[in-house]
Amino acid sequence: MDAEITLTVDGQRRTVTVDTRTTLLDALRERLGVTNPKKGCDHGQCGSCTVLLDGRRHLTCLALAVAHDGAEVTTAGGLSGPDGALHPVQQAFLEHDGCQCGYCTPGQVCSAVGVLDEIRQGHASHVSEDLEAEPGLTDEEVRERMSGNLCRCGAYAGILAAVKQAGEQAGEQAGQEGAA
Amino acid sequence: MTANEVTPTPIAPRSIGTSLLRRDGVEKVTGEATYAVEHPVTGPDGQPPLHAWLVTSTVARGRVVTVDATAALAHPGVVSVIDHTNAPRLADTSDAELAILQDDAIAFRGQIVAVVLAGTSESAREGAALVRVEQEAEPHEAVFDEDSPTYAPEQVNGGSETDTLDGDPDEALARALVTVDATYTTPHEFNSPMEPHAATALWDGERLTLHDSTQGPRPVRGTLGPMLGLAEEQVRVLAPYVGGGFGSKGLPHAPEVAVALAAMTVPGQPVRLAVTRQQMFALTGYRTATRSHVRFGAHPDGRIEALRHDTVSQTSRIKEFAEQAAVPARVMYAAPHRATTHRVAELDVAVPSWMRAPGEMPGMFAHEVAMDELALHTGLDPVELRVRNEPEVDPDTGNPWGNRRLVECLRSGAERFGWAERPTGPRATVDGEWWVGTGVAASTYPMLWMPGNVARVRSLDGGRYGVAIAATDIGTGARTVLTQIAADALACPPDAIDLDMADSDLPFGSVAGGSSGTTSWGTAIVAAAQQFRADHGDHPDPGVETTAASGQYAAMDGHALHSFGAVFCEARVHRYTGEVRVPRLLGVYSVGRVVNPRTARSQLLGGLVMGLSAALFEDGWRDPRTGHTVTQDLATYHVAAHADVKEIDAHWLDDVDELSTPMGSRGIGEIGIVGTAAAVANATYHATGVRVRGLPLTADHFLE
Repeated sequence: MDAEITLTVDGQRRTVTVDTRTTLLDALRERLGVTNPKKGCDHGQCGSCTVLLDGRRHLTCLALAVAHDGAEVTTAGGLSGPDGALHPVQQAFLEHDGCQCGYCTPGQVCSAVGVLDEIRQGHASHVSEDLEAEPGLTDEEVRERMSGNLCRCGAYAGILAAVKQAGEQAGEQAGQEGAA
Repeated sequence: MTANEVTPTPIAPRSIGTSLLRRDGVEKVTGEATYAVEHPVTGPDGQPPLHAWLVTSTVARGRVVTVDATAALAHPGVVSVIDHTNAPRLADTSDAELAILQDDAIAFRGQIVAVVLAGTSESAREGAALVRVEQEAEPHEAVFDEDSPTYAPEQVNGGSETDTLDGDPDEALARALVTVDATYTTPHEFNSPMEPHAATALWDGERLTLHDSTQGPRPVRGTLGPMLGLAEEQVRVLAPYVGGGFGSKGLPHAPEVAVALAAMTVPGQPVRLAVTRQQMFALTGYRTATRSHVRFGAHPDGRIEALRHDTVSQTSRIKEFAEQAAVPARVMYAAPHRATTHRVAELDVAVPSWMRAPGEMPGMFAHEVAMDELALHTGLDPVELRVRNEPEVDPDTGNPWGNRRLVECLRSGAERFGWAERPTGPRATVDGEWWVGTGVAASTYPMLWMPGNVARVRSLDGGRYGVAIAATDIGTGARTVLTQIAADALACPPDAIDLDMADSDLPFGSVAGGSSGTTSWGTAIVAAAQQFRADHGDHPDPGVETTAASGQYAAMDGHALHSFGAVFCEARVHRYTGEVRVPRLLGVYSVGRVVNPRTARSQLLGGLVMGLSAALFEDGWRDPRTGHTVTQDLATYHVAAHADVKEIDAHWLDDVDELSTPMGSRGIGEIGIVGTAAAVANATYHATGVRVRGLPLTADHFLE
């Protein structure tokens, strides 16, 4: 059975006909030709299909497209500026070589943007000792929060450095804006 | 036309040695890089791609009685169902792994027995579920254990000898004052690259174009062409981006044949096939389990007098793969009396193949844990024991070493790691609820150079150069380092190089495997660049070009060319749960000159992470009733996640190896995984006093 839905993908409104069995990931990749999110397992076990769905990181292989009519989807492709300028997280991944084959990378990048936002909002994680305190941008917090995104090339050291650098830059920027 | 063979001379490093940013990094961090089923391929009349879905066998051995496609064909969107009765015939069926859909034989569970083509992936998948395959089971054997009957293969993977014998090791072992005699095991391990094997195929009636996820476009063309009854040139294989491979995409596997056959049934219409994560565990190769019996006979001062490494692995009855796990024992340590043997059990199981450092990885786990046991028996520090057994020449060939610097790797690593502060005995350190220990292991990997590589250099406008070779970048950084090599060989900045690669229409490039890519392609690029300068001078007119084949530069005949390294590990084992954590992991390597420190570091760290993953988690469980891999996804076949990797570092010695390549480099893709699991196992022994001789090091081993 088919259904028509409308998504805003990386700032563009797109109307698409999907099978009711179509996942959000397949709607993006196979129906809309948006292949920035990758399919690594199709079972929510690897994180390669991560996008920001209405602002929060989400596994698109575990979402049915018809359940997200009207949603706003930001892929790694939509994080860069309209002039192609890289998002600070992407720039940090590049500098710290936080990718090798590149297949998990768009998911890692989206997840990292989500992680930094979650830390900023004060969400606790499994390794947060005090659930009421503001979580810090520590190695342990970043590793734990990024663990839903597997990287078989083993680029974890570069990814950690990249996420921390981007988080610290954003923190400094917020501090400067707060002081101004 | 055959290109002239040119043997290059060493080049001066300018860009080589600098951390040029990954050339395809922007495409990767934005997701714009297009992988095998992401190319917007359409037919000549704009036909959209069909989606293929594989139907696989459920018995371990037997035959297909009938394939009933009635229900599948009735499902909306399903176009056709291809099985052994209606598939195009192959011209060559000698490779039984690849010769699918040609007869009714079933040789293992998970073998391709039908392919469904449909307009969407949803209908293809549902169609595959609706295909009824009646199978007749025959008696089978899928269990690999001590009782499995074995045979001696003619040779082992990589072309090495099956057995070697020097002196009289059995007699020397019998009279040795200190001995180690133990059996070490490694489980079935699965490469599990993040991009599942996938391809988009288009047959236009004359030419097959395959966007493939492969480590070798030219090898795929060379295999598929003759199988399909085509001239090699009628097959074009493109692989601009490959989402990891680790050996599993080194050789073509059955899905590539399936998508090619499917495409040939629908001329002019592209066909996309993405193998599911689950299907990969039967169809795309894996590292066979190994069992290594290692014996050392040593003097009380630690010098090894005799060693035996007898290893057994298993393969599929339809195709031999003999994991060369005893081969590294031939080069590691001096011993006048030595023997190595390989035996293989044939089973009705999926076909094993290459996985990162085949042979070295499982073999060095056994060898280097055995060395730790010998250190204990002789009362020597494990670093010192290895230093005392350093051979002056290659024990295997008698050739002088090209550049063996294992002792420096051990010493440099020991200093960086703080090895000297380590308590001598095991079970000496407790931190809260954790036993804490440290371990070391050596690593090695041979310098491999592939013959036959050809490169083309062409001058372009504005002082730029086009450099072409059918190499692939599977995440190694090849696109970046080959640019640097070409720049230095032509004495121009890397920005002046337009590198064209990953297309089988380009001059021959060998497989990205065996840590041979940069060595082999790079040597060919240097040869072509130097010949280009000889032909056209320093100020060539735009449009002139030179194509040259690489002569054998590497001095392999008179020298033993190998890389070496040392891995140091701190392990913590929970006193009450047995959980193992690795807070520190360090590798120090001698790998020749490093072409790009940024990408090289990623390669070495990636190897260390995969070794850590093998040490702690990876374990392919086989159901003895069917040979089915039960752990066929990433929730049950555990690989290291971010939280498993703590402080990890890789260093290398300042090195130049102009015996191996004109760049002074050697390969680095595999050595990082070698020895790593042994270092972790040795650290858990030091922490707990519990010796674990089989991977992975799961918690149950350490429970009291």
